[in-house]
Amino acid sequence: MTDINLIRNFSIIAHIDHGKSTLSDRLIQLCGNVSDREMKEQILDSMDIERERGITIKAQTVRLDYRHANGKTYQLNLMDTPGHVDFAYEVSRSLAACEGAVLVVDASQGVEAQTLANVYQAVDNNLEILPVLNKVDLPSADSDRVKQQIEDVIGIDASHAIPISAKTGQNVAAVLEAIVERLPPPKGNRNAPLKALLIDSWYDAYLGVVVLVRIFDGSLKKGQKIKLMSSGATHQIERVGIFRPKQEMLAELGPGEVGFFTAAIKQVADTRVGDTVTDDKNSTVTPLPGFKPAQPVVFCGLFPADAAQFEDLREAMARLRLNDASFSYETESSAALGFGFRCGFLGLLHLEIITERLEREFNLDLITTAPSVIYHIHLTDGSKVELHNPADMPDAGRIERIEEPWIEATILVPDEHLGGVLKLCQDRRGRQKNLTYVGTRAMLIYELPLNEVVFDFYDRLKSISRGYASFDYHIKGYEAGDLVKMSILVNAEPVDALSMIVHRTRAESRGRAMCEKLKELIPPHLFQIPIQAALGARIIARETIRALRKDVIAKCYGGDISRKRKLLDKQKAGKKKMRQFGKVDIPQEAFIAALKMDEN
Amino acid sequence: MHWPFCASKCPYCDFNSHVRAGGIDEARFLNALLRELEHWAALTRGRTVRSVFFGGGTPSLMRADTVDAMLDAVSRHWPVEAGAEITLEANPSSVEAGRFRDYRAAGINRVSLGVQSLDDAQLRALGRLHTAQEARAAIKVARRTFDRFSFDLIYARPGQTLEAWRAELGEALALSGEHLSLYQLTIEEGTPFAQLHARGKLIVPDGEAAGCFYDLTQDMTDRAGLPAYEISNHAAPGEESRHNLTYWRYGEYAGVGPGAHGRFMAGGNRRATSTERNPERWAALVETGVHGMIEDVPLTRAEEADEALLMGLRLTEGIDLGRLAARTDLAPADHTINELIGLRLVQRSGPTRLSATRTGRMVLNAIVLQLAQSFVPAKTTQDTTG
Repeated sequence: MTDINLIRNFSIIAHIDHGKSTLSDRLIQLCGNVSDREMKEQILDSMDIERERGITIKAQTVRLDYRHANGKTYQLNLMDTPGHVDFAYEVSRSLAACEGAVLVVDASQGVEAQTLANVYQAVDNNLEILPVLNKVDLPSADSDRVKQQIEDVIGIDASHAIPISAKTGQNVAAVLEAIVERLPPPKGNRNAPLKALLIDSWYDAYLGVVVLVRIFDGSLKKGQKIKLMSSGATHQIERVGIFRPKQEMLAELGPGEVGFFTAAIKQVADTRVGDTVTDDKNSTVTPLPGFKPAQPVVFCGLFPADAAQFEDLREAMARLRLNDASFSYETESSAALGFGFRCGFLGLLHLEIITERLEREFNLDLITTAPSVIYHIHLTDGSKVELHNPADMPDAGRIERIEEPWIEATILVPDEHLGGVLKLCQDRRGRQKNLTYVGTRAMLIYELPLNEVVFDFYDRLKSISRGYASFDYHIKGYEAGDLVKMSILVNAEPVDALSMIVHRTRAESRGRAMCEKLKELIPPHLFQIPIQAALGARIIARETIRALRKDVIAKCYGGDISRKRKLLDKQKAGKKKMRQFGKVDIPQEAFIAALKMDEN
Repeated sequence: MHWPFCASKCPYCDFNSHVRAGGIDEARFLNALLRELEHWAALTRGRTVRSVFFGGGTPSLMRADTVDAMLDAVSRHWPVEAGAEITLEANPSSVEAGRFRDYRAAGINRVSLGVQSLDDAQLRALGRLHTAQEARAAIKVARRTFDRFSFDLIYARPGQTLEAWRAELGEALALSGEHLSLYQLTIEEGTPFAQLHARGKLIVPDGEAAGCFYDLTQDMTDRAGLPAYEISNHAAPGEESRHNLTYWRYGEYAGVGPGAHGRFMAGGNRRATSTERNPERWAALVETGVHGMIEDVPLTRAEEADEALLMGLRLTEGIDLGRLAARTDLAPADHTINELIGLRLVQRSGPTRLSATRTGRMVLNAIVLQLAQSFVPAKTTQDTTG
């Protein structure tokens, strides 16, 4: 067990691409934890998706032994935290496990909205912030401007910000020195009852559920019987260890230390992020503050493209949920899409990650329906229902009012794109709360209905600002709205998977866009197909797909027959991939396109 | 019989044709063809030859004595039906027309001329080596020399107007005999036209416009007494190409030469054969073995049903579902047939016969797909005598 004064726990806060992972890699290398041969770029992001997108989804830690010039060896625990708003709660728990944070800002790009949200959280958690300017080797770097910006926006002293290049390794050693000298050591009492924060957990095929913890008081040993305070469940500790980043088993973890344990826990869902771990017999009286169970905010239907894959999908979801308790699912049946699942996610990125992992890791072909939020429906009989799926909307006559979730969004955007972003927010029913300037960039605070945001808002924002706008949000609360269910009828039949809840003022433009998009995506059939958007019985938009006129092949003789048969097989397979609805074949993309529509 | 050589490659053509600037060892290919023909004779003993078709490539580049030797071999290997149709595809150049009389002497009784257009500028655009005048002359020679003849035209060409086609088809009908093949230009993958098309440099009528071209073609040929008996083939009643009818009626045929396909019955199965496409490699295969086949596989019942359907519905007479069911135990689902009947795209003609209507023939791809996808085990009550 290390002397508590020689421990430093810190996380790195950075915007995507500002160099968090690269800096982590350099720090690990400098402390000699991995050989050059083992050094894979971005050691900590172990999932394919993490590495590809350059984002961190699961929190991870690595213990470094750092020999300071003063002759002492320090234990540095680097916490790599998720970097996206969808995982804001996970970030907050990771931060709660640290005494300090290294704030990495790209010296040419400056502070981004997402960094702001995380750094504010760090400040709220009383973390010591150590600013680092990365990529100072680039010609476009402007350290002075960015320092000023950090002081203006975050309100911390940036005069000692460390200029580095994580890529070349320039000055990275100074960051290690500063971590020891400027970040405070943890506090804790070795003799008090065990009190540890559950930072994150995941399923490992060999070890079972691996639980990442930060010890505040007491110690954690092999054989000890522990209790998870939110559920009261008890477990016997099997292994205690740390990551370097390779696993290393230890006899115990003491106050201030960060490490993992395993205890024959079956499901990740049994170990909730933010929970307090204590000794079963000698329990702490006060759990750590801030625990809250994961709450999905965005819902969508996931259906197997091939109906025969339903069971495979169910199995895949169960497997994923083993490792991600924040994602929920229940069986759903749709007239258009057959059997599938209604799934809940922490946000849109979470949704994308889960669907991508299902397709990639389990080799499934999925149809995703338009994402929806949770509506609160107050019925005329005084009761209230939570609506996750537009298809379940009660009759209009029974509804007294509908409430929808609103968010407060922070958007940072270069001045030249401000007009477009303002218009986008306005179009999405936004209410401007504040507009200030951070250097040459505008910082907008907007209140927006979440259902307008889950609907391709982020894509539009990126395209309007040529990728320069950054965006962050948190849920503000529910408000009543004039919301209606819009049905889409294909060949006069409503397609349940395409129905959506929209604000009345937006119904017509959304309906028109949807009909136009479907007209593009549904191939001509042997008959004409009307496509309509309707509110109740009232048609608000209409398009017609004309009947196929000519598709016959001019030449087909004895020598062509094998080729034509193979072509026919291909066409059959293509048609199988479509969803038959009434007499109409709707391609999978049509359901996904409902997510990504350009209304302008 | 496939003769795979051409004097030049046309930019729209994706057939198995090859240009050999250094000349062709005709004797070598003749010997290989004869050897492969012998192999086919062994596979199809007991059958009678009803037609022979020399296709390509450009078979009219063959010397007449080569044709003569091959026909001679055919009649040695099989009984040949009296009045069998013996067709040779020919280019309408003056050189080739000069050989017609010798082909006739070798036993050819029908020619099919690749006229393609009656407009010089269009012929150049299509990469053809002959002129419209040569084509007209060749048609006259063919009419004089052979019992029957046909010629091909390509329409709905880049930039062609409906009016221009009306005039050209009018002249073609005046020049024609008892048979015409009229093809809408198809952009085939891997051809120079496909590259131009992909780059937007070659625009052909499609969708609605293509439909108008087809409609006009049907109207004019109907009035001229040469109605369509197949998607792109027109003939006076009784003057259809018997050889090609065998393909569409899904009969048996031997495919001889490089890149040729065959279908024949053996051991209760229909077998599909194909040969090596490259002429020299094919010849080498034949020389070291006895044939150039690289594929000879039995078809499943479902594959057979698909092929019978996609070929048979091309014919105006349609397909006999009773015969199909007897062979494959499969039939398109009644509700699918009825749905298509409701859309006036197919019709029942006779107790077990199904055919596409004129409108239906234009969207045959979609119809065949729908019917093929609906195949169910044939009802035992279904009339299987047809």
